[in-house]
Amino acid sequence: MAKKTKKAKRSELTDSGLIDITKRKFRWSDYLAEKIIRGTAFLSITIIILIFFFVFRESMPIFNTAKPEVKTETEKTSGNTQETYGEVTDPATAPGVKGADSTVSDQPELQEQYGDIKDNVIVSDSVKNAAYTVSAGSGHDDNQSALKSLLTKDWVPVSQNPRYGILSLIIGTFKITIISILFAAPLAIMAALYTASFAGKRLKEIIKPTIELLAGFPSVVIGFFALMVLATFLQNIFHYDTRLNSFVGGIAMGIAAIPIIFTITEDALTAVPRTFNEASLALGASKWQTAFFVILPAATPGIFAAVLLGIGRVFGETMIALMATGNAALMDLNPFTSVRTLAATIGAEMAEVVFGDTHYNVLFLIGSLLFIFTFILNAIAEFYVKGKLMKRIQGK
Amino acid sequence: MIKSFKKDIKGILIEGVTLSAALLIIAIVVVMITVIVIGGKEQISWDFLTKFPEDGMTKGGIFPAIYGTALLVIIMSVAAVPFGTITAIYLTEYAKENSIIAKTIRFAVRTLAVIPSIIYGLFGLGFFIKFVGTQMDSTFLGGQLKWGQPNILWASLTMALLTLPVVIVSVEEALKTVPKDLRAASLALGATKWQTIWKVVIPGSISGIMTGTILAVSRGAGEVAPILFTGVAYYVATLPASLSDQFMVLGYHIYVMTTQSANVDKTMPIQFGTTLVLLALTFILNISAIILRYRIRQKKTD
Repeated sequence: MAKKTKKAKRSELTDSGLIDITKRKFRWSDYLAEKIIRGTAFLSITIIILIFFFVFRESMPIFNTAKPEVKTETEKTSGNTQETYGEVTDPATAPGVKGADSTVSDQPELQEQYGDIKDNVIVSDSVKNAAYTVSAGSGHDDNQSALKSLLTKDWVPVSQNPRYGILSLIIGTFKITIISILFAAPLAIMAALYTASFAGKRLKEIIKPTIELLAGFPSVVIGFFALMVLATFLQNIFHYDTRLNSFVGGIAMGIAAIPIIFTITEDALTAVPRTFNEASLALGASKWQTAFFVILPAATPGIFAAVLLGIGRVFGETMIALMATGNAALMDLNPFTSVRTLAATIGAEMAEVVFGDTHYNVLFLIGSLLFIFTFILNAIAEFYVKGKLMKRIQGK
Repeated sequence: MIKSFKKDIKGILIEGVTLSAALLIIAIVVVMITVIVIGGKEQISWDFLTKFPEDGMTKGGIFPAIYGTALLVIIMSVAAVPFGTITAIYLTEYAKENSIIAKTIRFAVRTLAVIPSIIYGLFGLGFFIKFVGTQMDSTFLGGQLKWGQPNILWASLTMALLTLPVVIVSVEEALKTVPKDLRAASLALGATKWQTIWKVVIPGSISGIMTGTILAVSRGAGEVAPILFTGVAYYVATLPASLSDQFMVLGYHIYVMTTQSANVDKTMPIQFGTTLVLLALTFILNISAIILRYRIRQKKTD
């Protein structure tokens, strides 16, 4: 594209001998470049919308229980009898197969008259029909029972009678989030306060790159460290029973969240105008008083945003949760038991699930939940907090 | 006198506590690095880096995982860097700072940066594989299954979406360091806006684009969640030859061997070795990015 513009420029020069500066000639290359750049810039917005759309689309079928109402009566009966089918083990009494049976029982005379072959055809046909209605009914039923079981605590997706209670997963996720934030937030905020207010230049140049390095740690590596070393280490200190539990996972995720909280807090602290600092020192406050009572309060909205984004990071963390939390969907508030988080459930089960299955849809529903949650957290951090921070710093 | 002494003690206490928090974080980083280096250094050898796994992963090397990771980040960069750079150019050169469009794009970029990586995996599965891939199969191959299943192309594109905000943010930062005078001079000499961008702004911020690429590559090499169900495989006997093949990745190799292998103790050295390789890779990339960025900031203050 650059070559083209050069040529155009040259020909223009030879034509007139001079460039008319008062009038900029319309250039296709410039026009095109601007359009392309403008179009591409919308890509990130488009991606967000697409993610919204596609993650929700795959989870929608669960809510489709009302859809087959067009065929109300037949579906209803098959649906109702379906429930009894679960209890009665003898397939002969099942309604669909009963239909087949009745055709069979109607047939004997025919069988005698027309011979074996036709009878076979009829029977197999009607059985097929029965099988078809049963499977259609069960698909519909699956969704309904999945929707009903969604707010229970049993997560048993692979069984004769699958239950998709995500309550224990949600509780587990929150439990681990609280543990990791209780670990990471004070540590990161204090370190940031030190770096912003007390540290000398040399120490600053050690702390900041180290934390940047920590931010670059792949979460698999942190998970591996937690699984191999941290779990044993913490077990030796606290003497709990299960080696991999929400405590270990929480600490490991806290390590992953530290760089985020640190960086944003540090930014917020250094964004506080120097005049605040100078005024406070001039009034006779000491360095730590200034740091603690002037700079820290002025930056609270920023620190709040940092913690929110840290929560978002922990909430959606998959690999550490898969490796270091034990992955058992228990529902209790003991920090030393295993948990299964929402993200880990998706990560562990999505690969083995049948496409279009209820289980598949439920996993996408969990994904939608995660997405909405982090989206809201980010929106709060972005709009509410930033507005407040600006107001406070500018003294309005 | 006593009062000021008390205050001093408080001051020392607070400084000490905050300092120890900072030191604790550094200690965690150092311990993690040391443990992994000590555990893995015995394992690192030329054979380990260039051979295929043998005996059900208990012996041999990790070459296919290294190769797969390299391929993944290359395809990913080819997709993410141009788009990220262009978005950054739009934000700094074309958009007005406070226009609604620019604000919306910035918000979208930051949202992309905080969306959990597993969501990208779901999106890759729902969009690339089940939507685009299946459509491609039914239009070009008459329903034959080729693109509608996990492969390296979809995994790389999913990863590209994840790393897009990384590229955008660092390129934007670099573009801002190009002095306004240079742009004004170029425009005053009769260059058009696009010529100014192409000949003045981009060459001036090439190191920023490099930083963005390196950071994106380091992020992409380490992430596992987005590719869990968009293309990564536990073991493939051959290297991926086309874009529709599955592949192995270092991070996934670690995850599978630590949690799913039948004989965890036997593969322990390989696990540490693989982790060390991955850590070293991301480290080298990150350190070079930090140095590059440091230089850019230096230039800005000069």
